[in-house]
Amino acid sequence: MSIEEFISSITASANNQPGHLLQYLYEIQYQYAHISQQAIKLLAEKLSLTESHIHGVIGFYSFLHDSPRGAYDVLISDSITDHMLGSRSLLDALCKKLGVVPGVPREDGRVTVDTTSCTGLCDQGPAMLVNGWAVTRLDENRIDNIAELIESATAVDQWPNEFFRVEDNIQRRDILLSDESNDGEALRSLIDQGEDAMLEQIESSGLRGRGGAGFNTGMKWRFCKQTEADQRYVVCNADEGEPGTFKDRILLNAYADKVFEGMTVCAGVIGATKGCLYLRGEYRYLRAPLEQILQQRREAGLLGNTILGQGGFDFDIEIHMGAGAYICGEESSLIESLEGKRGIPRKRPPFPVTHGYQNRPTVVNNVETFMAAALIAVHGADWFSSVGTEQSSGTKLISISGDCEKPGIYEYPFGVSIQDILKDCAAKDTQAVQIAGAAGFTIPPAEFERCIAFEDVSTGGSFMVFKQDRDLLDMVKNFAHFFVHESCGFCTPCRVGSSLMKDLVDKVHSGHAGQYDLDEMQNIGQLMRSTSHCGLGTTAPNPVLDTLEKFPQIYEKHLKHSSYEPAFDLDAALQDARDITGRDDAGAHLGTKS
Amino acid sequence: MNGSNTFKLDGKDIPFEDGDTIMDAALRAGEYIPHLCHNPEFSPHGSCRVCVVNANGRQISACTQPAVQNMEIDNSSDEIMDQRRSLLQMLFVEGNHVCPGCEKSGACQLQAVAYYANMLSPHFTHFFPQRSVDASHADIAIDFNRCILCELCVRASRDVDHKNVFAIDGRGINSHLVINSPSGKLGDSSFAASDKAAHVCPVGAILPKHTAYDRPIGERLYDKQPISVVGDVAAHDQDEDR
Repeated sequence: MSIEEFISSITASANNQPGHLLQYLYEIQYQYAHISQQAIKLLAEKLSLTESHIHGVIGFYSFLHDSPRGAYDVLISDSITDHMLGSRSLLDALCKKLGVVPGVPREDGRVTVDTTSCTGLCDQGPAMLVNGWAVTRLDENRIDNIAELIESATAVDQWPNEFFRVEDNIQRRDILLSDESNDGEALRSLIDQGEDAMLEQIESSGLRGRGGAGFNTGMKWRFCKQTEADQRYVVCNADEGEPGTFKDRILLNAYADKVFEGMTVCAGVIGATKGCLYLRGEYRYLRAPLEQILQQRREAGLLGNTILGQGGFDFDIEIHMGAGAYICGEESSLIESLEGKRGIPRKRPPFPVTHGYQNRPTVVNNVETFMAAALIAVHGADWFSSVGTEQSSGTKLISISGDCEKPGIYEYPFGVSIQDILKDCAAKDTQAVQIAGAAGFTIPPAEFERCIAFEDVSTGGSFMVFKQDRDLLDMVKNFAHFFVHESCGFCTPCRVGSSLMKDLVDKVHSGHAGQYDLDEMQNIGQLMRSTSHCGLGTTAPNPVLDTLEKFPQIYEKHLKHSSYEPAFDLDAALQDARDITGRDDAGAHLGTKS
Repeated sequence: MNGSNTFKLDGKDIPFEDGDTIMDAALRAGEYIPHLCHNPEFSPHGSCRVCVVNANGRQISACTQPAVQNMEIDNSSDEIMDQRRSLLQMLFVEGNHVCPGCEKSGACQLQAVAYYANMLSPHFTHFFPQRSVDASHADIAIDFNRCILCELCVRASRDVDHKNVFAIDGRGINSHLVINSPSGKLGDSSFAASDKAAHVCPVGAILPKHTAYDRPIGERLYDKQPISVVGDVAAHDQDEDR
């Protein structure tokens, strides 16, 4: 098939909508290993967009490229928990075997090896993606095999299935994960009770958003329902990008029917006929099974027109793929991305509940929130609110990774203490727990009695354990680099501040910093926190500010004891000169001259 | 519309109309809130963050936040001015802003706001990015070294000129302005000196050619009066005194 025919076929399937630009680019990327100038030109003509607009979208998403990647595009997950499992030395080994440097395609066009932000496989890492498909449990042996498969040009679909095995790894079940209700039960309950009564159930259950922000779900649905509009939308946020969280992966793999049912209940309540599941690009392998479940639900009358025979109850769900942008987990960025644009967070107000997707009222909820809503529809508000705490009803899925014997998914009633969780996952000699991801909280042992709840330690589910002999500054450095990579670049404090912060963390890490630099980190962090445009910028300095306050010793041991030190090593700065002259004798080094 | 609506800006009563942002009302009342990416002719952007004020205890950007009755706004405390200075310093080190060698000096909003905020040094480590100058167009040059990503040219070309000459590419610290033409050069685009987008740049990134020093240094807009008095450079575009 020529590229013209390919582009015609993918655009025709979505009626040449410019709003589907990101979806088209995603297809082209995986078909041709990049999006060529010819492809951009064809798309621009077909969709009446400018070429620079299309370039801008490609430039925003990490998985899209306008220059060729290797036929095998290998991305090693670069989360701190992958590092702790040895991902960096595996990356080096793979590069050496294949004769490549990270990020640069091999001259024969065979392969590119690079890193990527957390792939959501921290409980079975180190992990990587090859052409978008997730590979788990990397070790030296598997890296050797992968290098051979690439050298022998074995198609990815011919690689051993075992490489692609992703386990659910559920370690503890509570009311959500042990549910045995039948498909369609929530929808029957909605039809029996009526939408107003159902909305009251959701409200009185006390259900709050499971992404971490904790906004009252019933209230969100009511605001959306009350806004006059010709169309409303239901969006499920499955852009699970917070490093260390992977609970949505399990829900979409094993409980997708419940998630779709929750979306359908929401649609019935607010009067929406269209919904979207925004699936992060890293979960490409989940797409086909999810499409199949959607099709089964249509055939069973649980989706589509006249759901369960109810005239006027029409709702369908489309899956949209993300393409490597953490910021798109922010609901207004996610909506921009759904509209095929760069994922820049919108100004607020107005909020998505009144002006969301296509400027229409839109409910955006987390995967776990929709599943909880479906079960509240079946079992009632009291069933749900009898579990948890007064301000945080129900349960929370916790994704545990890092230094513990039993990583995986744990479902707990809200109010569970950090101490109890550490005991259950068999963590020993714990130095710190990083809760809620890179933008979350660093919790020292003195605070292990604190609880997981919106009123205490609030989290979307990430729970990374660090034992005593880890250098926590490695974590801080990893997160500082993560935020430079993931800042959208829209506002000054986050765009520039995260880079300045990263440079200072590197300076401390390499042993060149003094007290002055720590004060600078404090100042930059406070500025980002108070002036950034969105939640990414305001929370990006958290790991630095938290550890400066609670773990000052991790900095002190790296410090020079003068108040100011230059950011560079004079001797190291001469390396280029040594390389050019081919000298490496004592006389070519500073401070070692005899 | 309700003429009796007011909020307090540094203790002073400012009237506002329904739909006003804090910035709209302040500009109308002749009160200065420092800003770079805002231009009242275009819908608010909220990206430079220089206009962040403290409103009832919350830090918000004045250009995007709707005015609310009796809101108490701090626009000039040491804390707010310190923040602004740091944000300006960030913009200075991110690009290559060499005021003594820039033909926009004296009529540059970034420079003028920095003077207003009493910025005496760039403070942070310079990034010294490698950026280019595009002189391919007959009448207008673009020096990307000075772009602060306010997107005023993007908005003007899209919303007023209906040409979409400009766009933003890249992400994060790699975000950069690009030109929509086959070669990526301004000279190959449909850009014209009469375009609105040629007259909105608050810094020295988009410059008319052939007229650089017609008005000598020392006699320019901000050489005579501070930006808090004379306002945005774009508003003086047709003036004799710019």
